[in-house]
Amino acid sequence: MPASDPPDFEALASALARALALPVTEETLPGVAMNLALAYRLAPAFLDFPLPDTLEPAAIFDPRANPVAAP
Amino acid sequence: MTDWTHESGARIAAAVQAGDVTARSVVERHLDVIEARNPLLKAFTDVTAGRALANAERIDARRRRGEALPPLAGMPFAVKNLFDIAGLPTRAGSKINRDRPSSESDATAISRLEAAGAILIGGVNMGEYAYDFTGRNAHDGHSRNPHDPERMTGGSSGGSGGCVAAGMVPVALGSDTNGSIRVPASLCGLFGLKPTYGALSRGGSFPFVTSLDHVGPLARSVEDLARVHDAMRGRDPRDPACWGGPVEPLAPQIETGIGGLRIARAGGYFTRLASPQALEAVETVAGALGAFQVAEIPEAERARAAAFVMTMTEGAALHQERLRQRIADFDPEVRDRLLAGAMLPGAWYHRAQVFRAWYKEAVAELFRQVDVLIAPATPVSAPLVDQRVFTVDGQDLPVRANLGIFTQPISFIGLPVAAVPVWPAEGMPIGVQVIAAAGRDDVVLRVARHLERAGVCTSRVAG
Repeated sequence: MPASDPPDFEALASALARALALPVTEETLPGVAMNLALAYRLAPAFLDFPLPDTLEPAAIFDPRANPVAAP
Repeated sequence: MTDWTHESGARIAAAVQAGDVTARSVVERHLDVIEARNPLLKAFTDVTAGRALANAERIDARRRRGEALPPLAGMPFAVKNLFDIAGLPTRAGSKINRDRPSSESDATAISRLEAAGAILIGGVNMGEYAYDFTGRNAHDGHSRNPHDPERMTGGSSGGSGGCVAAGMVPVALGSDTNGSIRVPASLCGLFGLKPTYGALSRGGSFPFVTSLDHVGPLARSVEDLARVHDAMRGRDPRDPACWGGPVEPLAPQIETGIGGLRIARAGGYFTRLASPQALEAVETVAGALGAFQVAEIPEAERARAAAFVMTMTEGAALHQERLRQRIADFDPEVRDRLLAGAMLPGAWYHRAQVFRAWYKEAVAELFRQVDVLIAPATPVSAPLVDQRVFTVDGQDLPVRANLGIFTQPISFIGLPVAAVPVWPAEGMPIGVQVIAAAGRDDVVLRVARHLERAGVCTSRVAG
């Protein structure tokens, strides 16, 4: 889960851009940082939710509870 | 004299079958409307007039020979420009993709609709790479709402909404990852079908978030949604997630009414941040359906957050090399979201997918108690094209990220939804979502058709 004390998102975005070789410039940094901050604000909603350790995501998601044969 | 640009696809096909009108004259009339209205509305990006007229001629020739015509014979349709059209590069709303080679074949959806007699008129505008709820496009111009061109169509299937509402075609295909069929249907006053995930093939369409991508139709009638769905269904080796759709076709079922269905309004999350107009539209629909029970979709807000993070991550992964090679050619608003998505921890993505598995079961449990849920499609009706923020309940919310707050928790687990339009006494329409359990696309269209027949939800050509 993200830190409760929000980081400096421009500094974080700048450091990650360097580490990941992403083309973030001085001009684009504020927009990237704003979107990064939004993700950090939203993510705890599901990161904090208790889930069993054994629960797995499906490789190809199937929304049906009991799939039936297709025609 | 009938203006065929105001008629449904089903009416057009019936008239072509009966010899009341030729497919060619239907296509020519729709091309006239495109020529007249497209410069302002920016719906079409590619008009395939030669192909459309040639296909119309073939249908008319078959009728003259006395052959039985296929079910959609003569029905014009358009596709969001992320569907492959043979002979054209697949733009997907971008500047970058138009440098790619032209497609050698059509998307599966186009092939199947043409096999059923429908006539492709062209490709339509969309938000860049489908990362959009507004219909704005930095490269092709912003889609404009035919009911008020100062307002947005919604997106990312903005051209799909605009062209149907303007009478350029009776039906258009869109895609819906987080709400991109339901949002423009809501803002343009149309019916829209986001089918169960994997029911309709995405083969030959440019992806965005493959875990969440759906394709489906927008139309001015429920019958057209059903008939187009039925023509598109069936397994497809080009789409590994496609399981082929419901066994029985939907069109014969839509008139069977709502008897026996347990219908409830979605409470909690789906009532917060909804404008008075959105809440009133839900009340209107719920009243017409006798839906007085309120049911809470568990943890919908968490689902929206997980969908948001999955979208950022998968979208970034898809476009990472294009970001490195062609950064200057992206729409700046899309670029910044994709770059931020490339920076999110992998563990978040995995957790979002595990949460999705839990949420799917929790919502399936709810659908053992009800058959249908009613919820707003968008928090507000169409904002102005350049509007950046809307205000609900005293909160200012960025338009681009928040028009889909009520659609995201539903598509996250692939449930079928019909968006149905509700018109106020004055002003712009707004949509309501009719949601059912996975695989029950028949149920959402039965309810939508009931509302249409009762005159509660209707659609019309603007102007």
